[in-house]
Amino acid sequence: MSITGKTAVAGVYEHPLRWAPHKTQYQLMAESARGALDDAGLRLKDVDGLFTSGVSGMGIVALAEHLNLNPDYLDSNSIGGSSFVSHTAHAAAAIAAGYCKVGLILYGSKWSSDRFAIGTAGGGAGDPPDQHENSFGPTTVGAYALVAQRHMHEFGTTSEQLAEIAVVTRRHASLNPKAKFRDPITVEDVLKSRLVSSPLHLLDCCMISDGGGALVVTSAERARDLRKKPVYIQGAAEACYHTSAGRRDLTDAAAKQSGPKALQRAGVAHKDIDMAMIYDSFTITVCVTLESLGFCGKGEGGAFVQNGRIGLGGELPINTDGGGLSSNHPGMRGIFLVIEATKQLRGECEDRQVRDCQMALCHGTGGTLGLRHSGASLVLSV
Amino acid sequence: MAEEKKYRKPLPRLDEENRPFWEACARHELYVQKCRRCGTVLYYPRAFCPEDLSTDLEWIKCSGKGTVYTYTATYQNQSAGFRNTLPYIMAYVELEEGVRMLTNIVDCTPEEVSIGMPVEVAFEDATPEISIPLFRPVR
Repeated sequence: MSITGKTAVAGVYEHPLRWAPHKTQYQLMAESARGALDDAGLRLKDVDGLFTSGVSGMGIVALAEHLNLNPDYLDSNSIGGSSFVSHTAHAAAAIAAGYCKVGLILYGSKWSSDRFAIGTAGGGAGDPPDQHENSFGPTTVGAYALVAQRHMHEFGTTSEQLAEIAVVTRRHASLNPKAKFRDPITVEDVLKSRLVSSPLHLLDCCMISDGGGALVVTSAERARDLRKKPVYIQGAAEACYHTSAGRRDLTDAAAKQSGPKALQRAGVAHKDIDMAMIYDSFTITVCVTLESLGFCGKGEGGAFVQNGRIGLGGELPINTDGGGLSSNHPGMRGIFLVIEATKQLRGECEDRQVRDCQMALCHGTGGTLGLRHSGASLVLSV
Repeated sequence: MAEEKKYRKPLPRLDEENRPFWEACARHELYVQKCRRCGTVLYYPRAFCPEDLSTDLEWIKCSGKGTVYTYTATYQNQSAGFRNTLPYIMAYVELEEGVRMLTNIVDCTPEEVSIGMPVEVAFEDATPEISIPLFRPVR
């Protein structure tokens, strides 16, 4: 049974704040909810499906209480930063199944103002594999750096090639008035920035910001009667890769499993994709994800991202909002992938608009590439 | 001073699945598991084979030798136990037995470490009960 094209993203909202010490996490979510519902032309009481992540174990029930909602469908799938891409797919499935009619996906975070050092401290949560990792200092940056080092060794990928991803993303951010870092940077700037975990430099790493966002998903039929042009959910898939009992090829990402499935479910090929939102926790994440999704061959990511190919006007513009590297990254970024792709497909992106944008692919990565991570792929179209 | 020597990095939590591994480490011996049914060698340790769910596993003593599969030198980590040991080298070491394990490379600078470098296990005694398996270059 296919649900291709049966549901749509009807409303989106990206909270403009990147620093919000004067607001609560739930306040950021409520403000984002209002923004996305206004965008769709729906009211809070229309919502009968609620989705979130980044809250406590039962936080979604508290969130429903905070909004005084009594939804028929609840999903707080927490698979890291990709969660919200996954929620979009789950909302589509639930709506197509008749389990709910209007899904509201919310995220809010104050990880910057709370001084949560997500990238450079701590370890895992206490699960079985953590007992064999935490003693060795597996920071988030370090766990991605392990992949970068191996990628360089196997394929000759260079720091200059990875830096190009940060440079292009910053150029896009300079066209986004809401982006946090808008001053252009060069490859040399990236290479001269300090090493956080070799071979990743500071400017290879996403920021930590505050922020929030919201998505409204409903049936395609209903979306056509709402305020904005519907953005149809065409295909989706999820996956997770881990240490595979000691045999994982670190240069493959979960996108290798989820990407082709999402495209197949949408009935489209790579050449049909006009722009992509690729979770950019680090430059290496983008390189490996593009390969694993199949936009280029394995090991070719470093060459693929050169010569403007991933920039506006290029063959495959990515992360047109400035990404986690330059626009915002409140700990988890999946929701912003779907928000920006939706705006691009609607033609609302002004200076950073991708011309004639008909089909977009979002891919979220959650967790760490070098230890274990989830991937969620989503194909959207007008 | 005993105070200064206190081990501040996170310690593994021993449980019914991993206890034999850590008890062996305390004796400065490295073991991985092998499924008697399908022959799979696995790491990290668990109570069953993740290929066929067989519980018929044997512990095999490792040679303690391997090569660096990948590594990173970490220059920033605010956590207790790490912030005073920067930079440190985290690596996956591929053991002669065929599995890769996360570890630290010690007695080696970030400039000296490389992928493919032969290494051998060395144990850091964290507490009287727990020793952490680290690796150092074979010289």
